[in-house]
Amino acid sequence: MHTDKKHAALADIFNKDEARVNWHDETLWFVRSKRDRLTHDLPEWEVLRNTASQIKNHVLSRLQDYLLQFEKNALANGVQVHWAADAQEHNQIVCALLKKQGIERMVKSKSMLTEECHLNDYLAENGIEVIDSDLGERIVQLAKEMPSHIVLPCIHKKKEEIGDIFHEHLGTAAGVSDPQILTETARQHLRNVFVTRKAALTGVNFAIAETGEMVVCTNEGNADMGAHLSNIHIASMGIEKLIPKRAHLGVFLRLLTRSATGQPITTYSSHFRKPRKGQEMHVILVDNGRSRQLARPDFKNSLKCIRCGACMNTCPVYRRSGGHSYHHAISGPIGSILAPNLDMDKFADLPFASTLCGSCSNVCPVKIDIHNQLYKWRQELVKAGYTDKKKTVAMKLMANTLSSPSKFKLAGKMGRLALKYVPFTVNNSLNPWYKGREMPAPPKQSFSEWYKERGKDV
Amino acid sequence: MEVALFVPCYVDQFYPGAARATLELLEKLGVKVAYPDGQTCCGQPMANSGYEHLTGGCNENFIRCFQGYDYIVSPSGSCVLHLKDHLHTDSSPGLSDEVRHRVFELTEFLTDILKVEKLDARFPHRVGVHQSCHGQRGLMLSQMSELTAAPFSKPGKLLNMVKDIELVELDRKDECCGFGGTFCVAEEAVSVKMGKDRVADHLRHGAEFITGADMSCLMHMEGILRRNKSATKVIHIAEILNSQL
Repeated sequence: MHTDKKHAALADIFNKDEARVNWHDETLWFVRSKRDRLTHDLPEWEVLRNTASQIKNHVLSRLQDYLLQFEKNALANGVQVHWAADAQEHNQIVCALLKKQGIERMVKSKSMLTEECHLNDYLAENGIEVIDSDLGERIVQLAKEMPSHIVLPCIHKKKEEIGDIFHEHLGTAAGVSDPQILTETARQHLRNVFVTRKAALTGVNFAIAETGEMVVCTNEGNADMGAHLSNIHIASMGIEKLIPKRAHLGVFLRLLTRSATGQPITTYSSHFRKPRKGQEMHVILVDNGRSRQLARPDFKNSLKCIRCGACMNTCPVYRRSGGHSYHHAISGPIGSILAPNLDMDKFADLPFASTLCGSCSNVCPVKIDIHNQLYKWRQELVKAGYTDKKKTVAMKLMANTLSSPSKFKLAGKMGRLALKYVPFTVNNSLNPWYKGREMPAPPKQSFSEWYKERGKDV
Repeated sequence: MEVALFVPCYVDQFYPGAARATLELLEKLGVKVAYPDGQTCCGQPMANSGYEHLTGGCNENFIRCFQGYDYIVSPSGSCVLHLKDHLHTDSSPGLSDEVRHRVFELTEFLTDILKVEKLDARFPHRVGVHQSCHGQRGLMLSQMSELTAAPFSKPGKLLNMVKDIELVELDRKDECCGFGGTFCVAEEAVSVKMGKDRVADHLRHGAEFITGADMSCLMHMEGILRRNKSATKVIHIAEILNSQL
């Protein structure tokens, strides 16, 4: 999806259909509630979060060492290791590996990294067709859209709309929206894909430095189906996906799906360690801005993210603006602190698409202080000049008024318009406050004026 | 003990009743309260918009007004959180730290410092409590629904001391109302939708009043209630705690 519109404008469009906003909000709140039920039943939940956070902090503080350890062990296992500095290099590596084998069709399981790198588009331009095998991703792929959520890619679509897509692309009867029928259709369609593809790409949820193995979590078993039936398995991972030891994995597996969907564990947590006889196994370690983020003290710990999507499900703004309003592969609160690192100009709006309510930081299984980082990104973006000049002028005037008691009093007397640079100016449709809300009724006296008179009575 | 009252700029201008109730309540509880002249704003409207670097003047003014008191109390969780997190001056960092650590939100001051166990107040109405995010998640005035932790609520404890009050249960007890400072105009559509949904939860449960420890959230919800000609009103928690028997 390519758009020049910013979050506020896209969210405004999303809000034109209020019934749909309600449906979207309630669907995701249901997931948040399931998450609450599962986590509140676990007395050690907060200890688990803390432990995971500390493991990830440790990894980030020694990332180079763990990457080299992982590489050494993966190579010893017979896995071929590639390093990609950015999205383009990643895409080129994938393309070259496929071309070498003369492969023109590849199956791919869930990988937000490949969304971030726009791999599908790149391969299509190079004559290679990619079929996404995660059901949600397959649906948005057929609809020619981006995932709107990192865990629930087509959560913005109603089952009737999915029925229409399946009717158009997979030959189901018109008007069929029964989930059982649609799922069975997708299953048959994907089975055929799995057995005919020679190459499979998977993401990586956790890479274990001490063993050189990769752990991929899916609910559909689609990563396994793709990888096991392929001659060449390519695993793409961001360099932050490492954990030191197998012993640490349990902490993360317990946190991941409880946070993501309110399940105790993913249906499949698959370990890929060495290629089958005759198979090629590759891992691509991708930086794409991560080392730059690692060098920013304020934003470094955003790299702890395990992509559970809990911050999206809980975010009252996300639920009411939809994932596509974030115009980035990773939407919601976590996307809003990751995206500006990739392109400050393009994503300058995202840290402002939040009320800083802090619910995201509270659900985060690895305790990323997401709302504090949103605040800090705002400061960075303004300082770097990625902001509306009119807003800067207004802010300077406001700061000037509020710094001076006499100017503040005067501004207050002028019709109770102390905050004339924030919304309370006029009751007309140009005032964004008044569009959906009445203005506060101005009292006869300010508190200061009342207090002065009260002093006289005593 | 001498307490300085900090009345946030918009409360001074639009909601003097909340400030009066705060002052009278503290005095009723035997506290000597000063209202330092020349106070303006905590600086949050600029800071949350990305202009924290323009808040130097507000910081200097705040420290000038509020240094030397035992405590600084304010009826706004959001402004208090901003001060606790960000009040500083390069000219005398020791002094700004000193002032910063003396700032308290009203309900936490009543609960943690005055240790109030009894109030002579009566409010015979059905009341919904809005947990403002900065007070709740920032100052930890109440337990947060996301955490696996024992429940508590400082505003709730105080409201339960009020005679004849009936507190209503909400479907979503600590969802944000969507005010969010300049978010309320910059993201008008989402802000209003969040406010409508929050108000609807209170109305669904028959609240005659929506109360809270932050007037800014209440102002936003009041705007929505009045637009819909609702009979339900907003009221700052200080006004309930200060109500007559």
